[in-house]
Amino acid sequence: MAPKKQFDTPPKRIALFVTCMVDMIYPEVGLATVELLERHGVEVLFPAEQTCCGQPAFNAGFWDEAQPLARRFIDIFEPLVRRGQVDAVVAPSGSCTTMTSHFYALLLAEDPGYRARAEFLAAATFELTEFLVDVLGVEEVGARFEGKLAYHASCHLLRELGIDRQPRALLSRVEAAEFVELNGAEECCGFGGLFAIKNGDISTAMGQRKTHNIAKSDADAVALCDVSCMAHINGLLSREGQRCRAVHIAQVLTNQVDVAPRPRQTQAAPPPPPRRWQDDKANAS
Amino acid sequence: MTLSTIDLTLPYKTRVQDALSNKHLRVALERSTGRMAGQRAAAMAAIDEQTLRDQVRQMKEHVLRNLPDLLEQLERNVTANGGHVHWAKEGVDLQRILVDIARKANVQKVVKAKSMVTEEVHLNQALQNAGMTVVETDLGEYIIQLAGEPPSHIVAPVLHRRVEDISDIFQRELDMPPTLDPQVICSVARGILRKEFLSADMGVSGCNFAIAETGTCCIVTNEGNGRMSSTLPRVYVVVMGIEKLAPTIEDAFLQYQALCRSSTGQQCSVYLSMTSGPRQLGDTDGPEEFHLVLLDNGRVDMLAKGYGEALCCIRCGACLNVCPVYREIGGHAYGSTYSGPIGAVISPSIHLEVTDVNKLPYASTLCGACREACPVKIDLPRMLLELRRDVVEEHDAPLFDRAAMQGFSQMMQSRFRYETAGKLGSLGSNIFASMSGGNIKFMPGPLAAWTNSRDFPPLAKRSFRELWHERQRQRQSIGKEMKK
Repeated sequence: MAPKKQFDTPPKRIALFVTCMVDMIYPEVGLATVELLERHGVEVLFPAEQTCCGQPAFNAGFWDEAQPLARRFIDIFEPLVRRGQVDAVVAPSGSCTTMTSHFYALLLAEDPGYRARAEFLAAATFELTEFLVDVLGVEEVGARFEGKLAYHASCHLLRELGIDRQPRALLSRVEAAEFVELNGAEECCGFGGLFAIKNGDISTAMGQRKTHNIAKSDADAVALCDVSCMAHINGLLSREGQRCRAVHIAQVLTNQVDVAPRPRQTQAAPPPPPRRWQDDKANAS
Repeated sequence: MTLSTIDLTLPYKTRVQDALSNKHLRVALERSTGRMAGQRAAAMAAIDEQTLRDQVRQMKEHVLRNLPDLLEQLERNVTANGGHVHWAKEGVDLQRILVDIARKANVQKVVKAKSMVTEEVHLNQALQNAGMTVVETDLGEYIIQLAGEPPSHIVAPVLHRRVEDISDIFQRELDMPPTLDPQVICSVARGILRKEFLSADMGVSGCNFAIAETGTCCIVTNEGNGRMSSTLPRVYVVVMGIEKLAPTIEDAFLQYQALCRSSTGQQCSVYLSMTSGPRQLGDTDGPEEFHLVLLDNGRVDMLAKGYGEALCCIRCGACLNVCPVYREIGGHAYGSTYSGPIGAVISPSIHLEVTDVNKLPYASTLCGACREACPVKIDLPRMLLELRRDVVEEHDAPLFDRAAMQGFSQMMQSRFRYETAGKLGSLGSNIFASMSGGNIKFMPGPLAAWTNSRDFPPLAKRSFRELWHERQRQRQSIGKEMKK
């Protein structure tokens, strides 16, 4: 991958790649992202032509279907950066950032023109927390959260982009929050795009492991940087009747997370683990 | 009896269901994979992990670039040491060669050290069909041979069994008195296997790596059964996949180091047996006859098809131990000799008969934990992506997937279609969700695979783009008022 764009002067203006899931399902995450960026003096441009980066088709092996979407994405964002209308592209998602800045090169390997443009664009494309911490140099955003906060490291964010320190730094500065480390925080939640449908049962088993660890952590909210993992984890938490919810980090950093009240009794017993973890204790010893 | 017959030829979906509903399997997986992954991480953290991985990777790439030359160099040196070298193109060729060697030497009983490559070609079955007795001598392999099961893990073949299950197998097959003490169970096997070693005519093992410059075949073991299989019987046969080469002794020890640390988390294994040929004049022990059989079975095709990177694999099993999918379903659900991420990558390419092999590249979330653990830095997620593309190009993808993806692509190529679909979707999903308390609890068709166990959020009533444009309009009107 090409080295990231360096900024001599702080970037003034960015193009928001909001991602289709945030656009259609979680607009509040998009608004929180805009608020965070504007609060730090960055003007946000929203190219309204954008739709989806094509990751679902690419991941499922349908590269012919994904390629027009990749070219379309490049045609929308690349000229903005090349002409200097924006300094960077920012997305509130590790997975979609990985798609456009890592996998486009593979998807468009046989299309040298677009591939070169994809690589040029990749150098100026940043995931939100990466942009805040590494480019703007911001860690303290003045957020406040009263309760226990955990962090789930999404796979593409952690292992493709290598982003972990940045979201953790931002969360550690959230006032009043008690940070609790999630057991297996870096393990996959089982979403995996179409995997969640094609291998629904395995996906569920992996997700239940995650929600089991969330229950054990006693967190009030689990922050993460991808709404896809968020939809999956929350789908399970809600079905299981847990009070904890997964929330996007931008929502935490803009004080938009309401903590569900704890049950009355102070010494609430944690829900019994599913039967297949009955062996956990024997394991730990 | 807790035993279940394991049938790898069942459809993928059934294999996965069986695995997920097998409580004992889940306990066994839980106990073992986490421990092995932890041991690997600790052993690698104790050294300069990145340098070792880079060095081994470089060495393996060198091997693949020079494969024909190195294999011939190995053949020359083994022959010069007094051994015989055979080339097996396919699995059946290997079976035939082994049966021929055994018949010529009048072999009745064969003892085997653990070897995945002989599992790959079903060698035991072939030798038994030819009238020979075959005894697996690796403890794990011995247990599954008694139970009539294939291995479920590259390094730990009986990882799918709890000690309770193993005790049951021994009580049933060997009349062992009931016990859960691993030492007692081991000693029962040890007593039996000792007699087998002494009465065997031929030993067969795989090969962790062969050194081209000296013609030496190396096997890495912890139980000593490899040493006895290679030295006690009259005839010793090594079977190796053509990629298991190290050019020099230094290279071999590089790979040895990576293998021990990545597979079992050891600094070095208990045994490293190196055989350069048959017993020489003046040697006190060793086989009278030594054969090396080189197996292709699709490996050359893998290089040609662009999946050569997978031939860097040193079969340490680290990717299995860290794989969140393997941890849920175990090895047998993959239906192949090779399971886990590496199995999903090589099973479609190697000449194996695997039911629903095209489902294997999809048995991953592409989370990347395997690549992180791999001592040779194989980019397994990328290869899984490319294999999925192959499945689609070969028209093996389900029709529903194809229709869905074509529709998806068409929708996303137009802002108008995207926004219209969004509005309709928002309307529909919100009506649906309002009937079940805010979340969607039921979706039709294949999407039910999600809602069977998980809620799904409805689309937002107003999309981000609608809210954004409204916000811009408000700002503009505020701006105009300020100017007034």
